[in-house]
Amino acid sequence: MRQVTKLAAVTIAGALALTATACGGSSSDDSGSKDKGIGLAFDVGGRGDNSFNDASYAGMEKAMKEFDIKGKALTPRDGESEDDKVQRLTQLAKEGYNPVIGVGAVYSKSVKKVADQFPKTSFAVVDASDNTGDNIANLVFTEEQSSFLVGMAAALETKTGKVGFIGGVKMPLIEKFEAGYRQGVEYAKPGTKVLVKYLASPPNYSKGFGDPAEGANAAKGQLDSGADVIYSAAGASGDGAIKTISQAKNKWAIGVDQDQYNQKSLAAYKNVILTSATKNCSGAVYDFIKSVVEDKKPMTGVHEFSLKDDGVGFSVSNPDFAAKKETVTKIEAAKEKIISGELKVNDKP
Amino acid sequence: MKRIDKEKLVLALAAPVLAVVVAMALSSGIVAASGKDPIEAFRLMLEYSANADTQVLILNRATTYYLAAVAVAIGFRMNLFNIGVDGQYRIAAMLAAAVGGAVTLPGPLHMTLILVTAILVGAVWSGVAGVLKTHRGVSEVVSTIMLNAVATALIAYLMRDSLLGVLPQGSDQLTTEPLADSADFPGIPVDVDGRTMEVYGFIFIAVAVGIGFHYLLNRTTFGFDLRAAGASESAAVASGVDTKRMVLYSMLLSGGIAGLIGMPQLLGESHSYGVADFPAGVGFTGIAIALLGRNNPLGIAFGALLWAFLDRSAPNLDFNGFEKEIATIMQGLIVISVVVAYELVRRYGLRRQQQRVGEELAQAARRNVTEVAA
Repeated sequence: MRQVTKLAAVTIAGALALTATACGGSSSDDSGSKDKGIGLAFDVGGRGDNSFNDASYAGMEKAMKEFDIKGKALTPRDGESEDDKVQRLTQLAKEGYNPVIGVGAVYSKSVKKVADQFPKTSFAVVDASDNTGDNIANLVFTEEQSSFLVGMAAALETKTGKVGFIGGVKMPLIEKFEAGYRQGVEYAKPGTKVLVKYLASPPNYSKGFGDPAEGANAAKGQLDSGADVIYSAAGASGDGAIKTISQAKNKWAIGVDQDQYNQKSLAAYKNVILTSATKNCSGAVYDFIKSVVEDKKPMTGVHEFSLKDDGVGFSVSNPDFAAKKETVTKIEAAKEKIISGELKVNDKP
Repeated sequence: MKRIDKEKLVLALAAPVLAVVVAMALSSGIVAASGKDPIEAFRLMLEYSANADTQVLILNRATTYYLAAVAVAIGFRMNLFNIGVDGQYRIAAMLAAAVGGAVTLPGPLHMTLILVTAILVGAVWSGVAGVLKTHRGVSEVVSTIMLNAVATALIAYLMRDSLLGVLPQGSDQLTTEPLADSADFPGIPVDVDGRTMEVYGFIFIAVAVGIGFHYLLNRTTFGFDLRAAGASESAAVASGVDTKRMVLYSMLLSGGIAGLIGMPQLLGESHSYGVADFPAGVGFTGIAIALLGRNNPLGIAFGALLWAFLDRSAPNLDFNGFEKEIATIMQGLIVISVVVAYELVRRYGLRRQQQRVGEELAQAARRNVTEVAA
């Protein structure tokens, strides 16, 4: 028994020794007073994902140049948990970065938590709309609208009557893409079959959004089942799908988030990229930074970027697509109807 | 006798210390090769972890890791490789959160219900592998690894909003029904620049689990049987130990503790299950820490603290332009070094023992010779 007591004593002493010293220091001398510039925390994939991380960074870079301020962008590691995110945002806020931006809905809860602790810092979270607070802006996009438009493009261009959808992770955000896409397909050419494949379930975000091999497999499966236009909303996994589609004959890929036809890393396959459902993360991030740094009136609440303000859209940069005048005209017409409110797009499948 | 004990202790400490030192040296080499100053990297990590808020984070993370490593260690002591701690912890956390969210009870009762659910679910999940091993001879390594994947799929299925999942307004992250305040496990508040942070109160439960583990192993018949069966199955059978029963029991026990891994987070922080709060991989970290701590409750405590320190101070590397992967590389190197160091130290110990025995035999022989001569 004596040994047990000793063991207990040592373990507790060890734990308490750490806490005891914890009462002493603090990791910054001052909270929120030093202005270090913009703090940005990336979602899984980080910089170089050719998707919304890169787009958000572009917005940050533009703001840095324009307003002559500095900034820091941090990348998460795979399989990290919620409190790692809290730690990252806390460190940015504490070191005096302002505004602080969390890219991706994964930061939703952590932004809320950290924003409460740093009332003088302005926070924004991209892709989430559930945060209330005087110093939080929610930057969201109506992806179902852009997905609707590319769905129309898919339906109008398919020869086989089958089109595909590849989602990164089966979660509400991506289901929004699917819902819009399906509705657009049905609107343009009723009876067209939509094949749907999700690459992963939560928490396998890296498999869903960061694995081109998974995207390639899914695309191969859908091509084999007869789909000839495939839309992938799967981050970097989608690059694999586009590559696979480019190796088949007379098949189209539809890009996501950025205008992927103009994306350098996909230049070799760009001819098969019919169009892309774009999302102006860069603009949203820039607008938010501007509101804080330049206008001194930080955005708060939910800011929806939609077709109306070119927050989302579809691209016509591929000349082969631009040449399909009839298709493009039909899509433009639907776009006007959506903007005017005449046509409603569902955000749930 | 006293002297030998001391030597044993030195040898026991030598391996992990050697491993950590080798790992540090190797990672310094890697940092230097990438053109950066390794001393500066370590300084950044140490400096950052000297802060109160980082220490709270380290302690909280270590609490989770400690439970994970103890769960793994129980199996290891019995020569069972429970690779499924990861799945057991996630499915247990999810179902415990769901059960806890479905009822309102007075505090202690509410928490007990959640904890018991977590332990039972963890035990059932590992029990599947236990029964498969005892009745069908299925290797627990294979079955537990596969059960991890089953757990992931089952969680994804159950977390749909038509079943146990709840989608907060405007959010994209499904969670279970949030727990009532009665299930809030009180923490130790620490004030940091006017921000209040909490050390998980569950840290005491983790310490209790460690003490219980030590007591069970060293002071009970069950523990003796467990160690005996782990050391040599045939010898244990010969001395009347029902090894099949021991396999099942230690598997259940390991799974039960695994069920607790998610509890500090659930009761002390997130109050609902969401995949982001309960990441996959904690069970595997537990394996590394159990290895580092030599399946010893005190050793594991140091291992868990070291691991949590590396985890929590890595962001400061990223913040200062260093590759934060340095910490991950170091964790990997520690695991490899630990294995190598233990083997080296074991061989060295063996040689020392042989020498000593040889020396004693030689002395005895010399004595015999003198006696005969006389």
